[in-house]
Amino acid sequence: MTATTRTADAPPPAPRTARRRGVELCLLAGAVLISVLGYTVAGLAGEHTVPSDMPRYGAGLGALALLAHLAVRLRAPCADPLLLPIAVLLNGLGLVLIHRLDLATPGEAAAPAQLVWSTLGVGLFTVVVLLIRDHRVLQRYAYLSVAAALVLMTVPIFFPAVNGARIWIRAAGLSFQPGEFAKILLAVFFAAYLAANHHTLAVTGRRIWRLQLPTGRVLGPVVAIWLISVGVLVLERDLGTSLLFFGLFVIMLYVATGRTGWIAVGLTLAAAGAFAVGALEPHVHGRVTDWLDPFGSIAAGQGPNQVAQALFAFGAGGLLGTGLGLGHSALIGFAAKSDFVLATAGEELGLAGLTAILVLYALLVARGYRSALCLRDPFGRLLAVGLASIIALQVFVITGGVTGLIPLTGMAMPFLAQGGSSVVTNWIIVALLIRVSDSARRPHPEPTGPLVLAAGDGLAAGEGLAAGKGLAAGEGR
Amino acid sequence: MIRCIRRAAALCLLLLAALLVNAARVQIVDAGSLDGNPANRRTAIARYGEPRGDILVAGRTVTGSRDSGQQLRYERTYAQGPLYAPVTGFSSQTYGTTLVEDAEDPVLSGRDPLLRAFPFWHELSRGRPAGGDVSTTIEPAMQRAAYKGLGGRRGAVAALEPSTGRVLALVSSPSYDPGVLSGTGREVKSAWARLNASPTQPMLNRAIRQTYPPGSAFKIVTAAAALDSGVVTDVDAPAGTPDPYVLPGTRTSLPDTAKGCGNASLAYAVQWSCNTVMADLGVRIGLRRMVDAVSRFGFNDHGLRIPSWVAPSNFDTRMSPDQLALSAIGQFDTAATPLQMAMVSAAVAGGGELKQPYLVERTTARGGARTVAQTYVRPYRQAMSPSTAQQLQRLMVRAVEDGTGAKAAIKGATVGGKTGTAQHGLDNSGTPYAWFISWAQADGAAQPAVAVAVVVEDAEAEDSRVSGGGSAAPIARSVMAAALRK
Repeated sequence: MTATTRTADAPPPAPRTARRRGVELCLLAGAVLISVLGYTVAGLAGEHTVPSDMPRYGAGLGALALLAHLAVRLRAPCADPLLLPIAVLLNGLGLVLIHRLDLATPGEAAAPAQLVWSTLGVGLFTVVVLLIRDHRVLQRYAYLSVAAALVLMTVPIFFPAVNGARIWIRAAGLSFQPGEFAKILLAVFFAAYLAANHHTLAVTGRRIWRLQLPTGRVLGPVVAIWLISVGVLVLERDLGTSLLFFGLFVIMLYVATGRTGWIAVGLTLAAAGAFAVGALEPHVHGRVTDWLDPFGSIAAGQGPNQVAQALFAFGAGGLLGTGLGLGHSALIGFAAKSDFVLATAGEELGLAGLTAILVLYALLVARGYRSALCLRDPFGRLLAVGLASIIALQVFVITGGVTGLIPLTGMAMPFLAQGGSSVVTNWIIVALLIRVSDSARRPHPEPTGPLVLAAGDGLAAGEGLAAGKGLAAGEGR
Repeated sequence: MIRCIRRAAALCLLLLAALLVNAARVQIVDAGSLDGNPANRRTAIARYGEPRGDILVAGRTVTGSRDSGQQLRYERTYAQGPLYAPVTGFSSQTYGTTLVEDAEDPVLSGRDPLLRAFPFWHELSRGRPAGGDVSTTIEPAMQRAAYKGLGGRRGAVAALEPSTGRVLALVSSPSYDPGVLSGTGREVKSAWARLNASPTQPMLNRAIRQTYPPGSAFKIVTAAAALDSGVVTDVDAPAGTPDPYVLPGTRTSLPDTAKGCGNASLAYAVQWSCNTVMADLGVRIGLRRMVDAVSRFGFNDHGLRIPSWVAPSNFDTRMSPDQLALSAIGQFDTAATPLQMAMVSAAVAGGGELKQPYLVERTTARGGARTVAQTYVRPYRQAMSPSTAQQLQRLMVRAVEDGTGAKAAIKGATVGGKTGTAQHGLDNSGTPYAWFISWAQADGAAQPAVAVAVVVEDAEAEDSRVSGGGSAAPIARSVMAAALRK
């Protein structure tokens, strides 16, 4: 399989690149099978019977996968064949893990809701793949998306805090985390703005020592928006997302301008910010203390905290794990199904399973970057880099947090963790990556259908277009 | 831009690689210490996740397991809790384990590697073999007789089979039901508090964990030392001790409650329990030879296990002659567990050779099909020469037939015994402890079947001389009778 995939990835010049939709279908079947198997095994371990709803679960997941596959086959026939199966497998595994934890915490079933959200996510995936025929359309909505992002991030401040963080909107019994969607919107905005301005950013500006600082006029809006978003997040105490935005911003800025100095500036700023927040904010300070000494609460006689419990779970897993349904990760208690869901994977699937899951994410990210390399328009490249980086950073922040590599910040493991907004957002990210990869792998130069955007060709071809103007024109339309 | 994308991709790869390395650190390198962390509940959950193995008395289980549905799932139950508590101890989710529950915990909990039928299978499947069963050497009829005999009075009984060292009865009174400590929760905690606060100390295993001044029962040890060391060569010859006897180096004179002790023989002194003769003999044997002699019986042995740990019985190793004189009659700092005194009796009954006492016959995999470990008869120490043992047997028989231990006599059997009454407390103000050590041999049997030690703490001491014979001897008698019946 690896060999065929590799040939599929070979650089474009090959005549009539294979589309690999059949490969995708086979992998999808495998992903669904693995999930159904996991569901069955967890049920067998917990209740000693094959779960009665196993066929229904399998059929549902299979139908969702098939729906997504058909959408891809119809509207993105050249898309990367690994993206969708990985997403389905991760989502399926997430459902299995949450269902497995449901068995250990009777009365708090979370899997059904997660299934509904997953269905909604796949629905939106289909809609995005069907509706957005060319990713360059998004470039037009740069300012609209940033405005929407800011609104989405600001709204939860007016809602009551949940567990110390004001990141939820609660209405009609459903809770909803708008900050998740803001990720995509900000990535779109950063990509569009930086694509339009990257030459200006790279060339102009004062030079201080070895750093070339761009003019305030060009950089101003980006930094301002970034500051506002980070400020809002600090106010809302959602530090994981704040860290994610920070990293996203730095990576995209670096890719757009090619200035190593930005990394240095970014890291300095991040370190200073992290130190200030860590020292001043009691909530975060506690997290840092827990990170430095995960067993401190045991010595203090308060019993193991969540991080210690998560470490116990990972340790209990060892190399091969206890087997699905046979661990005791429910001991983590609060947030075992969301932030700490990886501990269940680590305990019950072992280091082998955890590695497999992390490699799935790595593949997802690598495929995003691969599309970025193959694409020709800077917006598409930056968008692909941004979306892939969102996944990579998110995986790093939360996995590092629960395994004690970095201080814990609340964030959802993409696809695995309980959380509706997160699953839906991730499905949209994968839809956009599918769309971008379709453009990247499409045989070229033959034009593929009419572009929605009249000026699109100009934008795609002309990297040196005065971006401010281009964007303005896009907005005006 | 291409180069920057590649670098950014490399950064993401680096981050994921860091995650993998860290995961390997946590799951492989640190796994052992994480599993061993006392705050990690998994060890306890696994431990109580399966029914615990059972403790068997004469092939019948005296324990059980109850599914509590709690996180620490299976809780211990005891069929006749108070009767067997000094044998089984307790197994509590909250307070751990004691006695056999503790000593054989690896087998009972399924942790013992020998329980595994196939090597590596459980490592691979990460399962745990079912807890194994532990067969004890206890004879239920004797255990019941001893328990009934004490009748809730503070005291203890230990009985041994002299030829093997098997512990046939081990009773401590008053007792408690160890089942009340099983599990978690407020009831268990309050039961624990109540048992610990009780003035009668029901959780104290008096048979092996409490030492008492042995009083006159210790005279058997002194007599053995006198004969083995050659201080006395003829048990019937006058020992030459005046009555009263003045403790050497002091002006304190030691009186005798028994009559006719002046210049009495060793035989008379054992039969009628003469303090003067035995104290004088102790001094004449000398400290070094006395210490050697008592250690051959097991005194000052800090490592005795049956397999539960037995409190060491004490005989001081540095003493002045007057202290030695008192120690030789089981007073001063001399203190012994009931099990130790049963060993003294067993040494006499067994012809001088003492066998290692043991309580666990064998351990088996669940169901008893496969033996995991078997206890074999092992010599402990040669307590005295066979001829000394023979002479002491005769003296002890005489004490029962016509002496202080008359109440222990059993028809159809040869019974040897020795009473003891130990003063204690400030200025000997406490109620004296009543002792009786004895052994019994059925007529026609090749060797004595049982050796018993009984101590009663709060004996009604109408007369300090006879209380050993009065309170403790009937209990020893019923225990020996039960042993002879089997």
